[in-house]
Amino acid sequence: MSATTITPDLIAQHQFSGEEYARIVATLGREPTLTELGIFSVMWSEHCSYKSSRLHLKKLPTRSPRVLQGPGENAGVIDIGGGYAIAFKIESHNHPSFIEPFQGAATGVGGILRDIFTMGARPIAVMNALRFGPLDDPVHGKRNRRILEGVVGGIAHYGNCFGVPTVGGECVFEPAYNGNPLVNVFALGVFRHGEVFYARASGVGNPVIYVGAKTGRDGIHGASMASAEFSEESKQKRPNVQVGDPFMEKLLLEACLEAMKTGAIVGIQDMGAAGLTCSTCEMGSRGGTGIEIDLQYVPQRETGMSPYEIMLSESQERMLLVAEKGREQEVFAVFRKWGLDAVTIGQVTGDGLLRVKDHGRVVAEIPNRVLADEAPLYDRPYTRPFRRAPLEAPPIPASTDLTRDLWTVLASGDVCSKRWIWRQYDYMVRTNTLAGPGGDAAIVRIKETGTSVAMALDGNGRFCYLDPRQGARLIVAECCRNLSVVGAEPVAATNNLNFGNPERPEIMAQLVAAIEGMGEACAFFETPITGGNVSLYNETLGEGIFPSPVVGIVGLLPAGAPVTVDFKQPERAVILLGGYGDCDAVRFGGTQYVKAVLKDLWGLPPELDMAREKRLHTAAREIARAGLADSAHDLSDGGLAVALAEACFGPSQTGAAIDLDADLRPEFLLFHEGPSRVLISTADPERALAIARAHQVEACVIGRTQTGRLTIRLRGETLVDAETARLYAAWDRALERALHPEHETT
Amino acid sequence: MKFGVVVFPGSNCDHDAWYAVQHNLGHQAEFIWHDSTRLGDVDAIILPGGFSYGDYLRCGAIAKFSPVMNAVRAFAAEGGAVLGICNGFQILVEAGLLPGALVRNRGLKFICEPVPLRCETTACGFSSAYTKGQILRIPIAHGEGCYVADPRTLAELAAEDRIVFRYVDNPNGSLDDIAGILNRERNVLGMMPHPERAADPLMGSTDGLGVFQSMVKWFARVESARS
Repeated sequence: MSATTITPDLIAQHQFSGEEYARIVATLGREPTLTELGIFSVMWSEHCSYKSSRLHLKKLPTRSPRVLQGPGENAGVIDIGGGYAIAFKIESHNHPSFIEPFQGAATGVGGILRDIFTMGARPIAVMNALRFGPLDDPVHGKRNRRILEGVVGGIAHYGNCFGVPTVGGECVFEPAYNGNPLVNVFALGVFRHGEVFYARASGVGNPVIYVGAKTGRDGIHGASMASAEFSEESKQKRPNVQVGDPFMEKLLLEACLEAMKTGAIVGIQDMGAAGLTCSTCEMGSRGGTGIEIDLQYVPQRETGMSPYEIMLSESQERMLLVAEKGREQEVFAVFRKWGLDAVTIGQVTGDGLLRVKDHGRVVAEIPNRVLADEAPLYDRPYTRPFRRAPLEAPPIPASTDLTRDLWTVLASGDVCSKRWIWRQYDYMVRTNTLAGPGGDAAIVRIKETGTSVAMALDGNGRFCYLDPRQGARLIVAECCRNLSVVGAEPVAATNNLNFGNPERPEIMAQLVAAIEGMGEACAFFETPITGGNVSLYNETLGEGIFPSPVVGIVGLLPAGAPVTVDFKQPERAVILLGGYGDCDAVRFGGTQYVKAVLKDLWGLPPELDMAREKRLHTAAREIARAGLADSAHDLSDGGLAVALAEACFGPSQTGAAIDLDADLRPEFLLFHEGPSRVLISTADPERALAIARAHQVEACVIGRTQTGRLTIRLRGETLVDAETARLYAAWDRALERALHPEHETT
Repeated sequence: MKFGVVVFPGSNCDHDAWYAVQHNLGHQAEFIWHDSTRLGDVDAIILPGGFSYGDYLRCGAIAKFSPVMNAVRAFAAEGGAVLGICNGFQILVEAGLLPGALVRNRGLKFICEPVPLRCETTACGFSSAYTKGQILRIPIAHGEGCYVADPRTLAELAAEDRIVFRYVDNPNGSLDDIAGILNRERNVLGMMPHPERAADPLMGSTDGLGVFQSMVKWFARVESARS
């Protein structure tokens, strides 16, 4: 092997500690080559190895009778009945999206789509969870607006062209994301039972085949970049960001699914983070085999690429597959039909080694197992979760105008309509979208089974910052609630854990507490985590993000007209399932009211009684499935007042006359974000109330729908009174106004 | 009746058109691969939406050179019914089967939403199931759907009653609010909105089904005239 001297500088550049490097030398029994050093650096990076989080991820529940495939493959798989299964997963592309928003987000979509169709499933839906700095930030506003426009444009470009509907998501703004936007993309695909493909290389002598786009120098060290904090020099890393080609990916999808039907494919994995390196050693490791490739056969887009560059390239739209020996031509014929490169670059061996040759000369030789499964595992020290916000509540001033406050909350970044964003996404292609963006959960029908799948993403950085464990429990509860209001039964979850630098004990503490909280809630709500992604080092110049776990949960329901958020017509009873809830000044500190009106943050997240929450889910689901709900909407951001207002924003802009009877102070009553509550309107309140009673869920009729006006009274005193059209205008156009402040005239 | 749905690399509404014909309309549909030189025994052609050949260069600009388009041209020349939806409309324009051009939306953004359309004429085989002036709710999903043409062409289109659909609230800047037009012989329709997305009650609107039903009526008339 070539003798590049490995200097301490090189070792540091590859982000190895002295201890890690010593381990490499001990494993190999010699100094590594430069190519090997590169291979280790990406496989042992945080991004690929989960070395800081692995120990704690084991605390998450991962099994249920429905789970066909849990964590460890490209995506989790669950049974949906009728002989069909779905594969789904969420993944982040945070760092690339900060450096180059459009391509960073676009290739994030591309990467997660490949994870789905690698398994043999046809992608039928994507969603995204986005976090940006405030659009009106005095220092970073302009950059934040540019990042938002770029990210949304990139997601739209990739998903629309590929032909997968973007059916929902969420978008939140906080100064904590000024230097670290988050772009988490969820994808879901469907396939027949028994048509699942795994990323395993088996059968000694079987050919290893490279398919798809040619390899270039783009994205070299993307995985390592995603495993370090940002500094001023990060912008120089722009060449690290890959460029996506959704058309190529669409061809790759069709070709792969067609090639799988030949029966000649043994195993397949996409080349995502760490490209050829990751796909070869992981497939070998899972199959308990070795893989030998010669780089001279790898299709290349540029000349003079070194083995190091070829192995570490993150060029997009590439797959690695293992075929049955002697049946290569069947596979090649399919890829030729779709105009794609497919070449044999090596073979499966029995020695367990990843052996990389360059024109016959060995440039790397490392046990697959060491790369894929024996990366360093850290039990990083953790203390108490970091927080700067006070625990005690300041005096909360009595509101002088609650209608105006409602208006302010509705027009705030987190609560306002995200139509400007999702109007750019083709959310209908494939004609399965029964409920698209803007609702509590998206619903996609499965034509093959006649049933539907509902899905929702939730996260709440403020709650998790105040208490990561409780925050994580609350987001799982909310996500399951979102599914239940549309009549779906939550069955499985995927998570994206976005945190700061795990080497800081108070950040590590956030991660540990959030994982534990999520684990408790997922176990309780019977939604095992079937896979996901961990994104750490989301810090710029030492400023970390809020601890931002995002959970994506899928639920099952019969196909049918969806239950939607909005009131449909006047003179329907409005019922609050779950009651007024309770709140005190400390538990009020993380609400959107405090954020938008008081511009503050303190205290603790709301309390959660999981048993009560679960009973509510059952009741809400039963009411939806019985066809009793004209509309249904969960209470979350902005509490009761925002839920009521949003229910007025349908095509008919039907309002409501609400009379409340509670002991809470008006600000708390209207805006507290206590969980376990759902708002419905119905023509048959008796039956709805009876269902609630049967499940021991507190419920009362709080008013009736009416034409064009929302009025909320507390024991006769008017708290809110506004035309729905006026509230709607504030809510609907707020994002557009924030994006184009220069066009503002009023 | 049998519809042929052309599949270009990058077509992504091909299955939707197929499904609308097979399941919502109750007629037959089959796919025709882009490098076919013959269309087979189909009675009408659908050029579906999507991003044919990645829409590189210009939307539809590469698709017009694909082998299947020669067959489509010949089919149209013999009076066969050709429906181009979204990217299909762009291809028909690029291929010279329809006049004008489709350029970037006025707001420069992709727009996906159901929009109200007005049916302007029922005097063709694609809209006879509607009534003149009927308002239809059919989704659009495009980034380059702004219809432009020179004043003479626009005047001709209007004078010859070839504008089948107009937007009620013009979403993309199309001249004369044009959403769908016919060729002079009235057997080729290009439209940016997606009737196949408004063909199933579960999808919230069945207003688009009329386009396909009209084609079935037309074909039945042609068949009975032949026999």
